[in-house]
Amino acid sequence: MRIIAAISLMGLLAPALAEAETLIRAAVLRVDEAGLPPISRLDLPPDDLGLAGARLGTEDNATTGSFMGQTFETVELTATPETAAATLEEALSGGAGFVVLLADDATTLALADLAGDRALVLNAGARGDGLRGKDCRANVVHVAPSHAMLADALAQFLAWKKWDEWFLIFGSHPDDADLAAAFRTAATKFGAEIVEERVLEDTGGARRTDTGHVQVQKQMPVFTQGAEDHDILIAADEAGIFAEYLPYQTWEARPVAGSAGLVPRSWHPALEAWGATQFQNRFEAMAGRPMREEDYQAWLAVRIIGEAATRTQSGDPAVLRAHILSPEFEVAGFKGQKLTLRDWDHQLRQPILLTTGALTVSVSPQDAFLHQVSQLDTLGKDRPETDCSFQ
Amino acid sequence: MRAFALSLTVTLAAFPAFANKVYISNEKGNDITVLDSETLEVIATFPAGNRPRGITISPDGKELYVCASDDDTVRVFETETYTETHTLPSGPDPELFVLHPSGNPLYIANEDDNLVTIVDVVTHRVLAEVPVGVEPEGMAISPDGAFVVNTSETTNMAHFIDTATSQIVANVLVDQRPRYAQFTSDGKLLFVTAEIGGTVAVVDVATKEVIHKIGFEIPGVLPEAIQPVGLKITQDGSRIYVALGPANRVAVIDGATFEVMDYLLVGQRVWQLAFTPDERFLFTTNGNSNDVSVIDVAAGEVIRSVPVGQQPWGIVVAPD
Repeated sequence: MRIIAAISLMGLLAPALAEAETLIRAAVLRVDEAGLPPISRLDLPPDDLGLAGARLGTEDNATTGSFMGQTFETVELTATPETAAATLEEALSGGAGFVVLLADDATTLALADLAGDRALVLNAGARGDGLRGKDCRANVVHVAPSHAMLADALAQFLAWKKWDEWFLIFGSHPDDADLAAAFRTAATKFGAEIVEERVLEDTGGARRTDTGHVQVQKQMPVFTQGAEDHDILIAADEAGIFAEYLPYQTWEARPVAGSAGLVPRSWHPALEAWGATQFQNRFEAMAGRPMREEDYQAWLAVRIIGEAATRTQSGDPAVLRAHILSPEFEVAGFKGQKLTLRDWDHQLRQPILLTTGALTVSVSPQDAFLHQVSQLDTLGKDRPETDCSFQ
Repeated sequence: MRAFALSLTVTLAAFPAFANKVYISNEKGNDITVLDSETLEVIATFPAGNRPRGITISPDGKELYVCASDDDTVRVFETETYTETHTLPSGPDPELFVLHPSGNPLYIANEDDNLVTIVDVVTHRVLAEVPVGVEPEGMAISPDGAFVVNTSETTNMAHFIDTATSQIVANVLVDQRPRYAQFTSDGKLLFVTAEIGGTVAVVDVATKEVIHKIGFEIPGVLPEAIQPVGLKITQDGSRIYVALGPANRVAVIDGATFEVMDYLLVGQRVWQLAFTPDERFLFTTNGNSNDVSVIDVAAGEVIRSVPVGQQPWGIVVAPD
């Protein structure tokens, strides 16, 4: 269907630069974990989460491709952790030279190793620092921001506010510990102090039952009671178990940031700056819902492939991959500046939005934090700090 | 017309030049500010619909055209009375447009629809729709009217459209997020600004190839903040002026060597530019400081800042 649409558009459009049609094949694969629904029903994942972003990216690439003699195909796939390997094999045997992946850290690593030399993996979901560090892989490009980038983005803003005493609460899941570690590093890097840490064990519990809020109203003040004096409470809750319960329920009258309250994100559906309004409009017209981070990251991953095809005027995955990993590569992503790749860990440099439920409050990097190469390298693991060594 | 203007100048020797009305679209204020180009005073403000951005004027100076982006229409105003006379069908989300040198038709970029809409300003009818790249924005027309150029912000191309056939005849790849295009008055060169790429491409119109790229470097300003948007060229082609967005500067470029000669400090988030017909003044819209900077072109200096409406975006100066 989609492919036909892209080709029929071709007929309307004027002379292409290249003589022959070139097909660029990719797949977008989302691996869904079984788990509890989110705390808020507003956060329920839509069926086409991430896939819709990839679809818009493919449409954008097809429009540009129509002037270049290039067509784009992105196969949409979903899997469970158990079926992910077989699904990836299916995509690769179908000829996809690029795989946009929305999965957790462990699955991302396993699938990247499975893909090996056969495809470039564009990580549009996993945020763990290990994937960009000791577990880094040469065949992976990280479009999703890392925990370190998200934590640094928030830390810069808090430094500007002079809210430098943090009370860190993190969950009992492995991803929560990874994010908490990123906040500790960010505190050291930007001169904040973590005055106290507490772990909130996930013991199951009321969540979305009828009387859940009654329990929460009693539990959260008690849990946060008696902490050292702090300016702000930082929640590290990648599993989405408790953070949204914290605002207004803390013992002390302190704001919450991190996984709830002021949240660092790659995208927010209320962003209007830098031409984002028309981009949001295009997505909403196509998908019938606002754009989420997963959609933005998948869109951007597909645009990276398209941009490489446009600039190299090639459909050869090896040529495209070489361009993406070269110093010449740049892509626009409605963030007010060009986005480029770090050669030491293949992380895409990008501004991070600091958002509440309704708005973008600020965007990091903050002006005051300078860097000798790129201001964006004040976010996340810089060249001297990286644990990554591509073999 | 010009001879008449000259003789009148001589007759009224007390006046050094004609005053021209300067029209500024205020994107957030939903109105148009009118300045007097001699006194540099605000002489009127009038409503212009929702999110007015692109603005232009008929060659006879009688009709003012405004892209009311959020109304999905082009509003047409009578320039003496500031009353809206009619609207033109523009297609959705019109942002920028360009008028044929003869005054008709109007070529409009529809940002949300990947189209350029061609509208007859006399019959008020759509003549054609031309599919272009993703997020069409910048619009330019060659002095002889043969080509219209549209820039598409996500496709990163300048599309040359043959005005006789309404077909694309060439696509020129430029840097990230091309925003604005302008031909030299001899029609030989086309300049295209790339906001995110941070460059200006110089395109040879005969070969449709990029022959040079102009880069910018300002001490003390982050490279990411240098975002070329609006651009204007003097009639003789000797100087090119480029608005650099959040760098809050206008670059002055030598038209022969394409070297940057100077950076003029203006208001915040400088967006579009317009000359007076005699090229004595260049006006800039500064979206974040809600003002217009006035550049004395001969002196190469910013001589005045004039407060206008909320988030000034587009600007046009009435002809003599």
